[in-house]
Amino acid sequence: MIGHRKMDAPDSEGRLDEMAQGVLGGPLDRPEGPLKVTGRASYAAEWSVDGMAHGVLVRATIACGRIRGVDRDHAMALPGVLAVITDPRLLRNPAQGTLGHAPVQGPDRVFYFGQPIALVVAESFEEARHAAQNLRIDYVPERGGVFDAEDPAAEPERPEDGRYSQGDLESAMREAAFRVEGIWRTPGHNSAPMEPHASLASWEGERLTLRGSYQMLGHNRAELADSLGIAPENLRILAPYVGGGFGSKLGIAPEAVAAAVAARELRRPVRVVFARQQVFEAGMRRSETRQRLRLAADREGRLLGIGHEFLVSQLPDEPFSEPVGQATHFTYAAAHRLIAGEIARINRTCAGSVRAPGEAVGVTAFENAMDELAEAADLDPLELRLRNLPERDPETGKPFSSHKLAEALREGARLFGWDRRAARPGQRQEGEWLIGMGTAAAIRVNHLKESRARVTLLPDGAARVETDMTDIGTGTYAILTQIAAEMLGLSPERVSTQLGDTEFPRSSGSGGSWGAGSSGSSVYLACEALRGKLAEKLGCAERELTLKDGRAIAGNRAVALRELLDGAELSAQGHIEPGKVRKDVRNATYGAHFAEVAVSRITGETRVRRMTGVFAAGRILNEKTARSQCYGGMIFGIGMALTEELIHDARDGHIVNRDLAEYHLPVNLDVPQIEVSFLEERDPYANPMQAKGIGELGICGAAASVTNAIYNACGQRIRSYPATLDKVLAGLS
Amino acid sequence: MKPFAFDRPASREQARALGAEEGTAFIAGGTNLLDLMKLEVMAPERLVDITRLDMGAISATPEGGLEIGALVTNADLAADARIRRDYPVLARALLAGASGQLRNKATTGGNLLQRTRCYYFYDTAMACNKRRPGSGCAARGGATRLHAVLGTSPQCIASHPSDMAVALRALDARVVVERAAGGTEVMELGEFYRLPGTRPERETRLEAGDLVTAVRLPPPVGGKQSYRKVRDRASYAFALVSLAAVLELRDRRIVRADLAWGGLAPMPWRDPAVEEMLLGAAPDPALFGRAADRLLARAEGQGGNDFKIPLARRLLLATLTQATEETA
Repeated sequence: MIGHRKMDAPDSEGRLDEMAQGVLGGPLDRPEGPLKVTGRASYAAEWSVDGMAHGVLVRATIACGRIRGVDRDHAMALPGVLAVITDPRLLRNPAQGTLGHAPVQGPDRVFYFGQPIALVVAESFEEARHAAQNLRIDYVPERGGVFDAEDPAAEPERPEDGRYSQGDLESAMREAAFRVEGIWRTPGHNSAPMEPHASLASWEGERLTLRGSYQMLGHNRAELADSLGIAPENLRILAPYVGGGFGSKLGIAPEAVAAAVAARELRRPVRVVFARQQVFEAGMRRSETRQRLRLAADREGRLLGIGHEFLVSQLPDEPFSEPVGQATHFTYAAAHRLIAGEIARINRTCAGSVRAPGEAVGVTAFENAMDELAEAADLDPLELRLRNLPERDPETGKPFSSHKLAEALREGARLFGWDRRAARPGQRQEGEWLIGMGTAAAIRVNHLKESRARVTLLPDGAARVETDMTDIGTGTYAILTQIAAEMLGLSPERVSTQLGDTEFPRSSGSGGSWGAGSSGSSVYLACEALRGKLAEKLGCAERELTLKDGRAIAGNRAVALRELLDGAELSAQGHIEPGKVRKDVRNATYGAHFAEVAVSRITGETRVRRMTGVFAAGRILNEKTARSQCYGGMIFGIGMALTEELIHDARDGHIVNRDLAEYHLPVNLDVPQIEVSFLEERDPYANPMQAKGIGELGICGAAASVTNAIYNACGQRIRSYPATLDKVLAGLS
Repeated sequence: MKPFAFDRPASREQARALGAEEGTAFIAGGTNLLDLMKLEVMAPERLVDITRLDMGAISATPEGGLEIGALVTNADLAADARIRRDYPVLARALLAGASGQLRNKATTGGNLLQRTRCYYFYDTAMACNKRRPGSGCAARGGATRLHAVLGTSPQCIASHPSDMAVALRALDARVVVERAAGGTEVMELGEFYRLPGTRPERETRLEAGDLVTAVRLPPPVGGKQSYRKVRDRASYAFALVSLAAVLELRDRRIVRADLAWGGLAPMPWRDPAVEEMLLGAAPDPALFGRAADRLLARAEGQGGNDFKIPLARRLLLATLTQATEETA
């Protein structure tokens, strides 16, 4: 039995609003929370199996060249060493999200400093690490490496499909009453999940089981099988718990292939875990960006022209590039538009999706430029934005599926007390601290992906949800439990949700904020099919069926589910597919950030004093986990604004600050009181639940609200992130 | 991690004897050494665990000061009522350092001996005269945000990371060292630490097997005490510039100006000439400016750390102004 829906038309029913259990949307605690906080939820590296050996990846210490050989004999003579593996199947680069086949392989060619080039396997982790650190490698370095996207030698590509031009921006700039033009720069970022990548590979004959830490198991199975040259059916990936992804675990990474190859060769299970330094060097990074922004406005502050041209970097032969202008296409109205990207192929760690690729950095710089335009036009920054919100997609003319940016800005201003903001910088001082306020819009595209789940009613009337969806710390266990509980009229304790196993129906996976809407819809559809079966058993139409507290109710009849099931299981698959509505409307999520900062006029240090975020993302499935997602995004926004930066050595591109002591994510003391509020919304174009993704919205634009507040505090504009004290000091007397 | 032997001696004598053997390192809290061993930045053949030795007390000295055992943790030291009352600059410096978890493990002796956070020292693929004498200095011409602007040498531009040691230097604390060969020596921090010169691998006057047993604080001096640490995030970040200050004004004259700096140099930095300029003088912005000129006259930035020079100036001016305004 399959409940299937292809989104060829908007959802006209909003059926979740008709359900009776009343658990969806509420702040349900994570069902797996107690396991996690008591250490009983085993993450990939915590598994230990009989006969397991330990592998440690070896890094390249050149940035460009090839490897003639390694001194296997020397390494093998070290205590405990079992193997030195340089198999051509080892990954050079991790797989990009949704790649679905083998990424770039062949570790004998070196394209970046820190690239994995070999695996050393030993009886203990310590022995393996020691031998890996001391492996003698015969390099043939090559000249011609380029380590900076802005190096003229980089000769960036200018893909035509990444270029959008409308009207005549140049003349709009000439004729504008007010204009802003400038270059913004954001540095590279690391996803920095708390749990490093880890894989434990065990073979049984031709069948491989990999316990890993991955976000999208369906794709990961295809990627790993293709990399190894085995049939996907012979591969099972287990990732029931994932300690944070933020993009870094979308595609398989070098440790998975290395563990599998080594386990096969040694005929025993092999575990390979990234050291923190390898998460930085051999995982993914968000590309640094150089963004040229041009805004032209008329006397009333209405935008005539928008220019957003950007340069990002990537390794050769990689399909992904940071989509910096993604939200610029539809955020503000303007007749004259130019949005275009360039990609420099350079010798740095692979660039990939990190925390809201595109909007996190693109919206941030754009919202800074809007703040500058507001000043030029002598308008309140809020008012400037409200004047420029489009009625329809400004490029395609398509309607918005839903659009609550104006409401988010107004509601945020009210909650935050925006009316207390001084119109000019430097007006508010408390001791040595200059106080300022800033705002920025939040925009993130919303996607639906194909996803499947199976829901089974057990003879005792409880339910089981199964899908290969992952919970990367976002709350997937909670929301899928709630959706099933709501649809089937069960208390959440009666629903057991099982995730992270490729033996389960294939899901969208977690990524791009689409996991909740996509996998949630598959659970919804499976439950809808089960409701049909139950209605049949009860002899009523599905529409007339009420399920509540384990009972099926129709008219004046109420029967316990257990009775209705009569000793049998009842199972259904749910299957959601994206459809035509995707082309009919512009679908995105919106919000607004407000920040208050204090800037020391002595040291230039900035402290965020409070933040308010108001967000609209369709139906909110779990108020608590959704709020936590927004907190997380806003906190990463504070990091992006003030501290986070991958520092590359200009001479060889290597990442200098490759641990959490020197790569500065915000710590508790950097994070003030944060207020998050949701706008009531339904988006019938999104999916049958009318819910949209909220995982990444909180970071989009958040950093701009902080840097705009810095300007309001002290008069220093920040066009180069992060706003470290030396950059702020430059504007202080 | 390189395989190593492990000993837990029962006495200081034994510890010193074991410590004198080639390739040996003492370990107490291990908050820095273990990290460095995992990376093989340090690869001792033998660890001598000194945590069971009797060096964990804070006791009064006959002179009216305090003797802090080398094994007193940073957390305990910061919480000690006598420290908080009589040496507030030290308590503040301790609490500005690391994180709560690290301070619970890190010891007084270990804090003095922690290694630089230079990115290139930490990466065994990079040239580093401190880690591998004679290999060169990759930090020069590289990323230098954390690096020193005073007291550097062509061979090394690393800065000293401790907060605690900066306050101790301002307080004229002395380090008690039991020599491996026997005998005890007591030295000021200015003597205890060495500047890199041509031998940046030698950071202190300790020889193999010498054991730091305690730190002695002189009798309390009062004054206006402050520790200001400027850093890239609000906690768990090393100082870009920090200033421990003990200042006293009498009859509108500066009678005490003990100023020690972190983040500027390869060791906690103190410049007697700057203090002499201030002593006996009336507080005056022009004077403060000249003091800053003097402090930074020989400061040399490497590009990434150039901002430290104006930042140190701003910090000095603000600290002197605040302290003298408030006590005037």
